[in-house]
Amino acid sequence: MSLGPRELRRYSRHLLIPEVGLAGQERLAGARALVVGAGGLGSPALQYLAAAGVGRIGIVDDDVVDETNLQRQTIFGTEDIGKRKAEAAAQRVHAINPFVAVDPLALRFDESNARELVALYDVVLDCSDRFPTRYLVNDACILEGKPDVYASIFRFDGQVGVFTRDAPCYRCLYPEPPPAGSVPTCAEGGVLGVLAGIVGAWQASEALKLLLRIGKPLIGRLMLVDALDGNTREVRFDRDPQCALCGAGATIRQAREMQYGEQEARDVEEIEPSELDETLREWALLDVREPHEIVLGVIPGAIHVPASELEARLHELDSARRYVVACRVGAKSRWAVQRLRDAGFSRVRHLRGGLLAYAVEHEDFAFF
Amino acid sequence: MTVRIIIFARLREIVGAAERPLTLPSGALVRDAWAALAAEMPALSPLETSTRVARNGRIIATDEPLHDGDEIAFLPPVGGG
Repeated sequence: MSLGPRELRRYSRHLLIPEVGLAGQERLAGARALVVGAGGLGSPALQYLAAAGVGRIGIVDDDVVDETNLQRQTIFGTEDIGKRKAEAAAQRVHAINPFVAVDPLALRFDESNARELVALYDVVLDCSDRFPTRYLVNDACILEGKPDVYASIFRFDGQVGVFTRDAPCYRCLYPEPPPAGSVPTCAEGGVLGVLAGIVGAWQASEALKLLLRIGKPLIGRLMLVDALDGNTREVRFDRDPQCALCGAGATIRQAREMQYGEQEARDVEEIEPSELDETLREWALLDVREPHEIVLGVIPGAIHVPASELEARLHELDSARRYVVACRVGAKSRWAVQRLRDAGFSRVRHLRGGLLAYAVEHEDFAFF
Repeated sequence: MTVRIIIFARLREIVGAAERPLTLPSGALVRDAWAALAAEMPALSPLETSTRVARNGRIIATDEPLHDGDEIAFLPPVGGG
């Protein structure tokens, strides 16, 4: 795709790099990238792909911008609160670079559209925030023969890698997801905003390298970013001959979303946020959030025992008593109920969706 | 023998440190290092099946042997984005 004078001027600092040059810049102008998730990672990735002049950029996200996103999702501004992320991000991409075509896809990336979407682009950036979507992006990419540029973040730690059909895939690295609730998301565990910027920008760099066919992509190598200690590491990994997707006896032939978290839900009795007030007339509320989370809001009368100290402080609780166990979003509380059951507490339930879900239904409850 | 354990993400929150030495009997395997750590901290156990282990910068199976001075990295899956 040949570039006009305005584009040559815009991209002049790329044209000066021998590894990019005019041929590389034209290659980018003819390239298509799909970004799954316009959140913490998607924000920097989209902005740099747009600025770099990737000819067509797809943005898949079915969510809307929320005030708590703005601490890290720098593609959005305060005025975007309440707008669809795919559309608000597309507007920003267009504002950065009108030479880029944008496909705002305000829908959920799921098994009904995964392969069809992936097939329309040259490279896919997994900027999602849940394990089932990560496996689905990987499976769709490997089945369609498209590279999956993966990144993920938690608090101060990030991971970046590239998965392709003829190299190790995400399932070779992580054959199975962690038990539901054992690994917090950013909404549950928090994340340093700028870490999303560092890792998402790295992800964009890997995508651009693949499109330009330059450098050494992070294939078979997992980059580990530690923003707290200020270092990066790399671990190498091989194809797993037993991989369910790309191994010799592969069983996965379609991109299907995995069942996740439903087994655990059946094992633990739960109450709905709407039932909490009524239940608390006879049950005690056991708040298992960590001490630093308490500042985000409390329910008066709650007993506080952080999940991390639960085992050591069981003697403070009465196994004959009835407890509703709550945390921020309902992951730690589910785990805590299982621990309490194992310890002989028979009348324990967890608050589904946590205090965050309760706050949605109770506007007078100040919770963040 | 003594190996150096490096711990990431969610595991680091549970263990409360990014690095620590671990002394194991000679002939210990990768999974013995995990078992020693999990014995101290039962909250690690839900992550056992999904955590990958790298020895000196390469991810390996849990039945591989360890050697004195090895650097063992525990890499739990990270999902946030």
